[in-house]
Amino acid sequence: MIGVGNPWRGDDAAGLHTARALRPLLPPAVEVLEETGEPTSLLDRFAASDVLWLVDAVRSGAAPGTIHRLDVAAAELPAELFRTSTHHLGLAEAVELARALGRLPRQLAVFGIEGADFSAGEALSPPVARAVPKVAALIAEEVDACTKRR
Amino acid sequence: MSEQPPRTKTIKTDYLARVEGEGAMQVKIKDGRVTDVKLRIYEPPRFFEAFLRGRSYLEAPDITARICGICPVAYQMSSVQAMEDICGVEVDGQLRNLRRLLYCGEWLESHALHVFMLHAPDFLGFSSAVELARAVPGLVEQALELKKTGNRLMSVIGGREVHPINVRVGGFYRAPSRGELDALVAPLERARELALAAVETVAGFDFPDYRHDYTLVSLADPELYPIDRGRIGSSEGLDIAPSAYDEHFVEEHVAWSNALHSRLVGGGSYLCGPLARFGLHYERLSPLARQAAQAAGVGPSERNPFRSIIVRAVELVYAADEALRLIADYELPDRPAVEVEPRAGVGYGATEAPRGLLYHRYRLDADGTILDAKIVPPTSQNQRTIEEDLRGVVERSLDLPDEQLSALCEQTIRNYDPCISCATHFLKLEVERC
Repeated sequence: MIGVGNPWRGDDAAGLHTARALRPLLPPAVEVLEETGEPTSLLDRFAASDVLWLVDAVRSGAAPGTIHRLDVAAAELPAELFRTSTHHLGLAEAVELARALGRLPRQLAVFGIEGADFSAGEALSPPVARAVPKVAALIAEEVDACTKRR
Repeated sequence: MSEQPPRTKTIKTDYLARVEGEGAMQVKIKDGRVTDVKLRIYEPPRFFEAFLRGRSYLEAPDITARICGICPVAYQMSSVQAMEDICGVEVDGQLRNLRRLLYCGEWLESHALHVFMLHAPDFLGFSSAVELARAVPGLVEQALELKKTGNRLMSVIGGREVHPINVRVGGFYRAPSRGELDALVAPLERARELALAAVETVAGFDFPDYRHDYTLVSLADPELYPIDRGRIGSSEGLDIAPSAYDEHFVEEHVAWSNALHSRLVGGGSYLCGPLARFGLHYERLSPLARQAAQAAGVGPSERNPFRSIIVRAVELVYAADEALRLIADYELPDRPAVEVEPRAGVGYGATEAPRGLLYHRYRLDADGTILDAKIVPPTSQNQRTIEEDLRGVVERSLDLPDEQLSALCEQTIRNYDPCISCATHFLKLEVERC
């Protein structure tokens, strides 16, 4: 599981907080990582993963704290959702690049948490802070189901 | 037949994709003439020069690194150089080499991203790197591998791959071991091969027929290709120390952009970046990089900005080659940094960011508190030239349908690999009303 975000830009850190909330909930076999979203590293992680959960903050116009679950297998990820960085290709582009290059994990789920405030600072806005443990619980359930199937 | 009415059209791109930061472009055409060209940088002002006031001189490299996620090393290097200038310290020998090596990592990262992912799609008719990856996956694989090698260099010397944390005034917090650098040799040799192939690939693109007699401006080092330090020189014979920068270059505010425009005092626009470095210091490239340039048909007289993509690829070859040279010559320094004592004064730093000259000036008080700071990034310096080239390119291509003309304008802007986030730093807000 990879949480993506910038720890200094408010709700942008939602993915990182989710990773931290998930760590105690998951069996040790599941690796939980915090990443900046730098695309080359992400692509390497994709190629090295079999089943992967990604969590990042998004901006779609939905109510802050809304949880999106995007099915990567079904459709292209909408790039405009993840335009939170001006210096890299976004998460959606990284996923689509991986798809084009045949580097996607066998199973990949992307969770987006609708952010409200991306200004400088370490605090999450209240609706996003409330969404974080919910997303963590959803992923923990999915991990559980996935490991039981094996 | 009645006379045709005057034809007015406006080409606007409200959000420029595949540039670093947020910008827009507007070109107005009336009766077959370009009447107005504006590169609007609307990324909000960033206030870094103001943030720096009141902070310790030791914090400058870490604060300014945050200006840009793609060229943080450039900011660190220009800032430490300025602080060392104030404190009367020169960082030389292996410590200077390590700085240059770190800088090579940044050139690899930044140029690989721009050449393949941001600029190549323009030449090949794709709207994005993802489309390019679908059609020509091999090209994107090359880019990723090159970028990864740049990232590794940054991690080993800088402590991490984005916003390095190991740079300090006087040198580094920790110098890498011989073994750590040896592990980079094989990936760098591979990167050099990939870069050579990249030069060949991009040299085969179709280039719009356009030429501009730029005034070229870049650093000048007595022996090496300009990266980490030197005097500032131009194709018009300018030869000054960085401390004289403010006497020769001015920044001006224009209403339509949140980035200041630079020009030469008593003159006009100028060009900095790969084409300028290459044009002025071709002879200082490594023999291998020169050979690659020659085979690709670019030389120091190259003035077609679209062909800067070839020059960037040549600089990829050079960055890998130079990194290998620096590693071969490496010996663990006695200490990772030289002692620096603060003192009151004004100091200057200038280095070559991947996209061109980056100038810093600081004033400190006796205990090392920053009293004021001035930072002039390369994209600010190139802004006026970008607009001139847009005008020139559009005037030659008026017959193109709007969509193609618009794409050509974007491609023109990307010739400069503009980093809009870096360029946005002035303190005055104005609203333009039409």
